[in-house]
This record gives sequence, C-alpha cells and structure tokens, in this order.
Amino acid sequence: MNMDFLNALLGGVLIGVAVTLMLWLNGRVTGISGIIAELLSTSGRRDAWRSAFLFGLLCGGFLLRLLNPGFFENTTDRGIGTILLAGLLVGFGTSMGSGCTSGHGVCGVSRLSMRSIVATMTFMAFGVASVWLFRTLIGGG
Amino acid sequence: MKQAQGAFIVGMIFAIGLGLSGMTQPQKVIGFLDLAHWDPSLLFVMVGAIGVHAILYPIIRKRPTPLLDTKWHIPTRTEITPRLMIGAAIFGIGWGLGGFCPGPAVTAMASGQARPILFVLALLVGMVIFSKVDRLIAK
Repeated sequence: MNMDFLNALLGGVLIGVAVTLMLWLNGRVTGISGIIAELLSTSGRRDAWRSAFLFGLLCGGFLLRLLNPGFFENTTDRGIGTILLAGLLVGFGTSMGSGCTSGHGVCGVSRLSMRSIVATMTFMAFGVASVWLFRTLIGGG
Repeated sequence: MKQAQGAFIVGMIFAIGLGLSGMTQPQKVIGFLDLAHWDPSLLFVMVGAIGVHAILYPIIRKRPTPLLDTKWHIPTRTEITPRLMIGAAIFGIGWGLGGFCPGPAVTAMASGQARPILFVLALLVGMVIFSKVDRLIAK
C-alpha cells in the first residue's frame, strides 16, 4: 500500500507536468475527451497537435508495456457487453458534459473553474453510484 | 519545436504518468469509486496532478501568449447548465461501469487487450450519437 500511494502521487505529478507543458507550449487545456471529439470533425482534424497528442499517449502506452505489462493489468470482472455500454456512456457523457477527468478534473479544477468543479463532483458521485449499483445488482469485482 | 511535436511529448509524459499512477488498471479506478472497499490511490493522483498544475497555471498565464501559439485557448464558459451536469452524470456512470475514462483507455490500447480497444470504439460511437442527438434537438 505504501508503494501504491507513492506511485499514485508521482504518477499524478507527471500528469500535472504534462498538462502544464501543454498549457505553456500550446496554450491549451488537456481535455482528452475534447481532443478525441474534435478529431471526429473535419475542422478539428486541421490541427496536427490533436492526433500528435493521442499518438503520444499510445507511444507512451507501448513504452509502459515494454517496461511492465502489469501496468495494464485488468482484474475486473466487467465483460465485453458492460465495456461496450461503458464506452457508449463515456463517449456520450463527456461530449454532453464538455469534459472528463483530465479536462474538468485536473485542468478545470486547477484553474478554479466552477463549471469544472461542479462537473467533477458530479461525475465522481455518479461513478460511486455506478459501482455501488453494479455490486448490489450483480456483485463481484 | 512545433505545436504537434510538443503535443506528442505531452502525450508521452501523460501516458507514463497514467501508467505509474495505476490509472490504466481499471480495478484501481473502480476501487476508488467503491466506498465500501476503498482504494484511495486516485485521490493521490488528483492531489499530485492538481497540486502541480494549480500552482503553475497562474504563473504561466501571466505570459501574453503561450510559447508556440499566438493566443490562449482556455475555455471561457462559466454557466453551470443542466447539460453540463447531466453529461457529467452519464460520464460518471460509464466510468464506474468500465473503470476506464478516455485517457487511460487510449493508453491501454497499447496493451493489445480487447477491453480498452472495444471501450474506445464504443466511446467514439457514443460521441457520434451525441453529436447527432444534439443537432436534432437544436432543430
């Protein structure tokens, strides 16, 4: 548990460094749902930085996999159907709510945006409710 | 350096941060959202990330422009709308169901596992559905 806490904190610091770098270099908020959504439109595809960022995420992922595939260990019992529903809800919800954990949770909260603070509290609360409901109705992990 | 190159480096650092923090492991996310058997890891991730960014944000914003662009692109909306809250609620439900949100899911695609890849595909469909619904409602 001790190592977990330190890794979590360090990982968080790296995320903070990343979004700060994006702000300093490109003057942008690192809202990953927004970056993806914009690429679905032709106007969003005009700027190369969005696909470059996502490519960076993937390359970082490959590096992690090389170092230790355990970084992607998934011991949850959520099956394919649940995952597809989850993806639909996250895609729909982040578009409607204009952000996710990176855009609202990290960037928005850091600059004291009331919209982001409210959004973050809301998705956290519903995340808790979602896990509780799943456990109550279906059980397991 | 061009904006795209900078964004690529940002993406790599972000991904490594996600991996190190454990956020690419859905059980740690679900564990954080499971108050009965609470895994506080995500709390420390947020503290680390917000801690760094909240301090540096106002300092960087003092500049007239970012380093590689001619202007800032920071969201300016302030109104708390039903749309914001309902969207966040729907996102939260999906997040708790799968244990994935967009960033970690894209990063986890590199693992070659089926679940992150299928999640991202469904996410894209969800985004397209929303944009169509939104357009219909606007009419």
